[in-house]
Amino acid sequence: MNDVGSHAELDPRRALPFSKAVLPVLRNPQLRKNVAHAIDVIQAKRARLVAEKTDWQALRTAASAIRAHALENLGAYLEQFEERCTAAGGTVHWAADADEARRIILDLLRHEKASEVIKIKTMTSAEIQLNPFLEANGVSAFETDLAEIILQLGEQEPSHIVVPALHVNRSQVREIFARRMGLKNLSDDPKELTNAARTYLRQKFLSIPTAISGANFLIAETGSVAVVESEGNGRMCLTLPRTMITLAGIEKVLPRFQDLEVMLQLLARSATGERMNPYTSLWTGVTAGDGPQSFHVVLLDNGRSSILAKPKQRQTLKCIRCAACMNACPVYRQTGGHPYGSVYPGPIGAILTPQLMQMKFAQSLPYASSLCGACYEVCPVKINIPEVLLELRAQVVNQERRERDRFFDPMYVGLRIANLLFAKAWLFHAAQRLGRIGLGLFTRKDGWIHSLPSIGAKWTQTRDLRGLPDESFHEWWAKRGPQPDKEAK
Amino acid sequence: MRASLFITCYNDTLYPETGRAVVRLLERLGVEVEFHPQQTCCGQMHANTGFRGEAFSQAKRFVRLYQETETVVIPSSSCVAMIRDQYPGLFEELGNEELRRQYAALLPRVYELSEFLIDRLSVEDVGAYFPHRVVYHASCHGVRALHLGERPYRLLAKVRGLALATLENVDRCCGFGGTFSVKNAEVSSAMLAVKLQDVIATGAEYCTALDNSCLMHLGGAMHRQYAGMKTIHLAEILASTEDAPAEATL
Repeated sequence: MNDVGSHAELDPRRALPFSKAVLPVLRNPQLRKNVAHAIDVIQAKRARLVAEKTDWQALRTAASAIRAHALENLGAYLEQFEERCTAAGGTVHWAADADEARRIILDLLRHEKASEVIKIKTMTSAEIQLNPFLEANGVSAFETDLAEIILQLGEQEPSHIVVPALHVNRSQVREIFARRMGLKNLSDDPKELTNAARTYLRQKFLSIPTAISGANFLIAETGSVAVVESEGNGRMCLTLPRTMITLAGIEKVLPRFQDLEVMLQLLARSATGERMNPYTSLWTGVTAGDGPQSFHVVLLDNGRSSILAKPKQRQTLKCIRCAACMNACPVYRQTGGHPYGSVYPGPIGAILTPQLMQMKFAQSLPYASSLCGACYEVCPVKINIPEVLLELRAQVVNQERRERDRFFDPMYVGLRIANLLFAKAWLFHAAQRLGRIGLGLFTRKDGWIHSLPSIGAKWTQTRDLRGLPDESFHEWWAKRGPQPDKEAK
Repeated sequence: MRASLFITCYNDTLYPETGRAVVRLLERLGVEVEFHPQQTCCGQMHANTGFRGEAFSQAKRFVRLYQETETVVIPSSSCVAMIRDQYPGLFEELGNEELRRQYAALLPRVYELSEFLIDRLSVEDVGAYFPHRVVYHASCHGVRALHLGERPYRLLAKVRGLALATLENVDRCCGFGGTFSVKNAEVSSAMLAVKLQDVIATGAEYCTALDNSCLMHLGGAMHRQYAGMKTIHLAEILASTEDAPAEATL
C-alpha cells in the first residue's frame, strides 16, 4: 500500500540515472494510473480555458518579453525590490547557496525562539531541503497545503510542482490520514478527508506564530510579494502569524505591479486550468495591526546566476512554475515526477536541475525527453525547452567524451563511426552493404529482426525491426538513372 | 520544374520504397526529379544526441551539396525540422559567415514532401488510388516544428478509395525520439504502448505518417504484437494508383 512513490530520492546528487529510476514506476500500475488520470484531467481543463482566450498567443508573447526583460536587468530590479521592501518595513537577506539560505532561516527562527513553523507550499524550500535541516536543528516544520500534508504525513516526496501528491489516490490518502491522525473510522469520502485535514490544520494555524512561504512573484516597483494558491492555507499563514519568512529564487522578480495582469491570467489557466486561482495574496513589507509584524525575504541564488550568465540557457529562468510542461509531457505522463530525482520534475526539471547542479549531477535528465516539443507549445512564457535540452546534451557529451570508459560505450562508438561514414558517400554506401550482411545474420525468414545484441537489444526488447532491403534507394536510382523510361514502371 | 530528392540516411538504408514512391509521384506530377549521389545525412541524430561538432560537419556538407539546387524535397519532417531549426544555431556558434549566407539562400528552397505538394505545386489531388482504411499519425516534428497543419489531411482527403480513421490524442508522441528509443528504451516503450492503443483502436489497415522513423517504431511494435496493421509512408499512398498499387499492399 505504502510503497507508492514513497522514499523516492529527490536529491540530484544521489539520484539514480533517469533510465534506471523509472523502472519501479513503470512496473507500478496504480502509480501510473494515478498520474495519467490526474494529468489528463488538468490537461483537458487547461485546453478548454486556453481555447476561450482569443489573445492567448499575445499574452504568451507579452509574458515572455516581461520575463526576459526582468532577467536581462535582474541586478537592478533586485536592488529596487530590496530598497522598496526595506522601506515598507521588510528585511531582505541574500543567500548565495542552499547552505547560506538554511542558516539565515534558522537564525531568524532562533531569534523568534520558534520550535515550530507553519509553511505555505514552496518548491524552493524543498530545493534547499529546508524541512529536514530544521528538524535536525530542533524546529518542526508543518506543511499547510493539503497535498503537502499528505506527503509529509505519508513520508513521501512530491512528484509534481503544482499538484505534488498527484501520484496518490484518495484511498491512499485515507490510509495515510487514518494512520497518522489516529482516525480509525475515516472513510475515503473527499469531504471527510478534507475535514480531517482542516481540523488538523486549524490547530496549527492557531497555535504556531511563525510562517515560511515561497513567492510566485516579487514586484520590484513596489517591493511586494505575491503568492497564489487554491486552498486559503496561504491566506491563513499570511494573516495569523507574527513572523513571516519568504524564501524566493532571485529570478522571481517582475519589474512592475501591472505585469501581474499578464502573469496571473497565464498562470492560473496554465497551472490548474482555472480562469483565476482562488487566492492571490499580495503583501508589501509590514502593515501595523494587520498580518505579520516581522517580515523577512531570503533571496536565493543557488546556481541561478550561473544560468543567467549563459545566453542560450538563460530562458530557463523565465519559468513561473505553472507545470504546464509536465502536464503536457508524454514522458512525465508515464513516469510521474520521482524518477527525475529532483523537486523539479518534468521538462522544466530536465533543464533546470542539471543547471542548478552546475552540470555536475543529473546529466541523464537532458536525455529524459523524446524532443516532441509539447512542453514548448504550452509554456506560457515561451521557454524553448527542446532547445535548452539540446544545449545541455551537447555539454554532457563534451564532458563524457573525455572520460576513458566512454570510449568503448556502444553509443559513443556508433556515433563516432557514423560521423566518419557520413563524411563520404562511398563509405556510407559500403557501410550499408556491410550492415546488410551483418543484420542479415539476425533476420528471420519473415524478413524481420526479432532480437539484436548489445545496444540493439534495447530496441528489440519491445519492438521488431524490418530487415534491411536488398537494394538501397541510391542503388535503385543508380540503375534507373535520372531520365526515366516512360514505359517502365 | 526540377526537384532534388534528399532521401535521408535512414530512408536510403531502410525504406527505399518511400524514395521510389516520391520519384514516381513527383514525375507523375510533371516534376523533373534529381538525386545527388553524394548525399548522406542531415546530422539530426548527432545533434539530438549532443554530438554537436559532428552535426556541424553534416550540416555543412548538406548546405554545400545543395547550394546550386533549384528545390530540395525531403520525405521526413524531422530532418526538415533539423535543417530549419537547428542549422542556424550550429552555424552561428561556429561563426562561419559564408556558410550562414549559403544556408540563408538555400533554406526557402527546402521543402518537406507535403509542403512541396501543397505550397509549391499547389496540388491536393495527386491522382492517387488507395482503397484501404487508413489512420494518419501526426508526427511531433510535423505538427510542432513544421506546423504542417491540415496539409497531410488535405492530400489524404483526395485519395480515391481511402477511408480516413480518426485518431484520438493525435498529437501525442509515439515515444521514438531517435536515440531516446534506446537510451530510455523502457519509457519509450511505455509511450509506444499508449500510442499503439489509440492507433489500433481505429481499426485501420494501414497507419501512415510523413516520418518513417515514427513508423519504424509503431510498425516494429505492430509486428511484434501481431497487431494486424501495417505502416506505410504517406508518399507511398500518394504514389499508389489502380495500375501500380503501393508495394506495401502487394
